[in-house]
Amino acid sequence: MTNTSKTSTSNAVENTHVRAINAFCGPVESSIYRDQQRVIVPVEKCFDALSMLKDRGFDLFIDVTCVDYLEYRKAKHRYGLVYLLASTINAERLTVRTFVDDPQPTVASVVPLWEAANWLEREVWDLFGIHFTGHPDLRRLVMPEEFTAHPLRKDYPLQGRGERHNFPVITRDHS
Amino acid sequence: MSIAPTEFESSPEARSEDYLWTLNFGPQHPATHTTLRLVLKLDGERVVDAVPEMGYLHSGFEKLAEHLTFNQYVTVTDRMNYISPMANNVAWHHSVETLLGINLTPRCTYIRTIVAELARISDHLLSNGAVGLDTGAFTYFLYAFYQREVIYDIFETLCGARFTNSYTRVGGVSHDFTPLVIEKIRGFVKTFPKTLNDMQRLLNRNRIFVDRTQGVGMLTKEEAINRGATGPVARASGVTRDLRRDEPYLAYDDFDFQISCASTGDCYARYLIRMQEMRESLKIVEQAIEHLPSGPVNIGIDERMTLPTKNQVYSTIEGTISHFELSMSNRGFEVPCEESYAAIEAPNGELGFYIVGDGEDQAYRARCRPPSVLNFAMFPHLIRGHTLSDVVAVLGSLNIIAAELDR
Repeated sequence: MTNTSKTSTSNAVENTHVRAINAFCGPVESSIYRDQQRVIVPVEKCFDALSMLKDRGFDLFIDVTCVDYLEYRKAKHRYGLVYLLASTINAERLTVRTFVDDPQPTVASVVPLWEAANWLEREVWDLFGIHFTGHPDLRRLVMPEEFTAHPLRKDYPLQGRGERHNFPVITRDHS
Repeated sequence: MSIAPTEFESSPEARSEDYLWTLNFGPQHPATHTTLRLVLKLDGERVVDAVPEMGYLHSGFEKLAEHLTFNQYVTVTDRMNYISPMANNVAWHHSVETLLGINLTPRCTYIRTIVAELARISDHLLSNGAVGLDTGAFTYFLYAFYQREVIYDIFETLCGARFTNSYTRVGGVSHDFTPLVIEKIRGFVKTFPKTLNDMQRLLNRNRIFVDRTQGVGMLTKEEAINRGATGPVARASGVTRDLRRDEPYLAYDDFDFQISCASTGDCYARYLIRMQEMRESLKIVEQAIEHLPSGPVNIGIDERMTLPTKNQVYSTIEGTISHFELSMSNRGFEVPCEESYAAIEAPNGELGFYIVGDGEDQAYRARCRPPSVLNFAMFPHLIRGHTLSDVVAVLGSLNIIAAELDR
């Protein structure tokens, strides 16, 4: 039996963390879907909001990922960054989203807050091209260093652009 | 004490980095867990720094998710943590069903719990077995692998595939438990504790093993939380977080089991945690198989989410309509245009999928949150100051599966 989608907007915000974010960076859009609290913050306040959330007890950094909304209907921005946070103290979860756009999507890195974000942000840079300012070591993680495109974007085809067929041939004399 | 080859005076220049020896460990090495690379800077035998590198097995799993339906993608999730593919299947469909808002039948939750716990036992057997093998205990490794063969036999009887099972479907599982499967699981539950006791007697108080793993790769509790560790790695450092208890999913609320935690945070603690977790998983399997509820295993066909059985397709009109609606390529079921994240306690840690739906029955974006990435990123921090022979012990204790690392 499918439940009707439980999306309630921020009129009846009971979540104290959302209230704190509201107080901190102005009214933000928040919703609850399938018992998950989500919050959308503007990109320039993103680092400060996450820093405030870390002080409020979200000490476990679960994931940072990105969604490319190029082919999504009714999308206003191209990239949506998603931060998943959890607390080991009281097992709460929170999803913080922020939006960035082409050209040169940039957001502040949260590595100073959680060391777990180090490789996860490298992966977002590698696959989507979102630049994290303040990251200690922003280079490619899963793709080879000399790869030029950002493969998980929607305009990159599934089978690639022929990178697998154009390997430079190194003979024994050159190696 | 290091002997610099060219400088014998203890002048300040002799302490420069030139005498450090760079050793390339991998990507192909029999001791590493599949293809990952470590560039170690050695000072004699001491590791001064380690630069881990991954990406040798990257296959674009996340991009594939945008082109496959939910039931097709479960075959790809098999290939992520391929040591415990059932757990990945359960995780993927748990996330899909959270997005779609489906409630499973009780029998299905029990069945998925049983296979997830068997997958956990299988994963810990291999992980501990590999730690044993890398530190030289070959008999321990073979004991563990014999039991894995018994588990593979159960999976083969259940769904036809030993290894890449693709067992779960949206709203249910592909094959129900037959009496033969239940009998085999009962047999496994009876014979496994004896092997666990043998394995424990081999290594728990073994002087060589304890010397090689105790005090090696220390991870404090604050560092574990800061670096995002979950699963046995975090629990060995004192983080008492286990999703089976904190956010109970499937049928874990009904069972009586303990969460294993330790406070030392070294490789020996991780080994002990995994041994204990195998015992607890066996308790869960035993309780579940005795109290397996009867009834249908897939959700009803009225929701048009799960394929009906062949009997229903050939004899009822609803079955035929359901089959038609789901199989034709321009139909399928409605997926809400929303995003959600759901995680399970996989053997390696918290395995979750963040799925974005956009109306079609293919995910718009499916992100797999891999515990191995965070474990591997911790590796330089754990290995600094230890010797080269500790590299294999630490790497084995972190249980890094390259396919889950790279996706």
